[in-house]
Amino acid sequence: MKFLSEFRDSALAKGVISQIHHRSKMSARFMEFCGGHTVTIFRYGIRQALPETIEMLSGPGCPVCVTATADLDKAIALAQVPDVIIATFGDMLKVPGSFSSLQQTKAEGADVRMVYSTMDAVRMAEENPDKRVVFLGIGFETTAPTIAASVLQAEEKRLENYTVLSLHKLCPPVIKTLLDSGEVRLDGLICPGHVSAVIGSTAWEFVARDYGIPCVVSGFEPLDVLQCVDMLVTQVEGQDSKVEIAYRRGVQPEGNPEALRLMDNVFEHCSAHWRGMGTIPNSGLRLRRTYQRFDADCVFDIDPGPTREPEGCICGAILRGINTPPDCNLFGKACTPVNPVGPCMVSAEGSCSAYYLYEGGNRGG
Amino acid sequence: MCLAIPALIKSIDKNHEAEVDMGGIARRISLRLTPEAEVGDYVIVHTGYAINILDQQEALETLKLFEQLAQAAQEEH
Repeated sequence: MKFLSEFRDSALAKGVISQIHHRSKMSARFMEFCGGHTVTIFRYGIRQALPETIEMLSGPGCPVCVTATADLDKAIALAQVPDVIIATFGDMLKVPGSFSSLQQTKAEGADVRMVYSTMDAVRMAEENPDKRVVFLGIGFETTAPTIAASVLQAEEKRLENYTVLSLHKLCPPVIKTLLDSGEVRLDGLICPGHVSAVIGSTAWEFVARDYGIPCVVSGFEPLDVLQCVDMLVTQVEGQDSKVEIAYRRGVQPEGNPEALRLMDNVFEHCSAHWRGMGTIPNSGLRLRRTYQRFDADCVFDIDPGPTREPEGCICGAILRGINTPPDCNLFGKACTPVNPVGPCMVSAEGSCSAYYLYEGGNRGG
Repeated sequence: MCLAIPALIKSIDKNHEAEVDMGGIARRISLRLTPEAEVGDYVIVHTGYAINILDQQEALETLKLFEQLAQAAQEEH
């Protein structure tokens, strides 16, 4: 596939790996923020290819993983409202809430449908005028503009049966929270490529400037990640801290102005609850007042009741980078991809799932 | 979840929707977030929307850099 497979060429990778080994003298700990990068790093054995000086740490960049149990319970409760169709990306189906999951609720008769795009959800609303379609708005800045576009599309089509449960989260505020907590020491940040395609690489400048941490925006193919690590190593060795782009074919410093415009048109910032990190001010998106009729939170009066967190699950600490999956007593035993206890094992991009699939599930506890 | 892959625009209709070739598979996507995209452009597609136009020149330059590094590594051995 053009502009994809070339960036997986193992012969080319050898050159970058050799340069990293050549350059890296000081020990450095890099965090890959994004779950997509975690998967690339594990799938292509990048950890093993890097010199011992470099330690890689997974971050909180998995939207499914950071969705709070209370929000998930709300989605499950919404699925039980008569005449409601829940439209969702597939990743959310198996995530356990306090007492059930969307998949289980669907098996019990609720109308929960998996979609590939918000365009499918809008079409579903058009084709089912006697039903109310609720789209589960999960995702970071990459996804939020597509949800904004769906709200505008629903408005243009004068749909009265399309709403969004907005659980969107923003990446820069959670990085700030993580760094302010002082729980993890980082020497470099692998910034998310597709989030940055929307918000621009300039969004990370505060990390380089205020915390002195080198930042490089990376694409998702193995050569992209290797190039990114090489650029981080160069900054570390040169005692530099700036924002660079290793994914120049996909990311500009200013991002995508039209996507940002649509997002700002439909959404405003609000505080959001993150699994493992609590409530972070201005780290979420809710629909603006003008679009309240498309806001499931305003249209439906839902109280899912008190939440219950899975006992023994340390997903929260794993998302903060202070524990790795093998530290968890449930990992590979009570918690596996077939019977996941926590969200980091459910999502294909969760660190627990990546560890289990690529490092073997028998390393637990 | 932020998975996005490159696709070649084959045709564009008046609703800002495009027929694209995604590694041999034909798909219909929205260009609402990249209204300036044209036929022949590669776009980066996430959940049915182009989130950016792929800069082909930059892609080729990055690959050229990798080739130089690979050659240098080979010469060292």
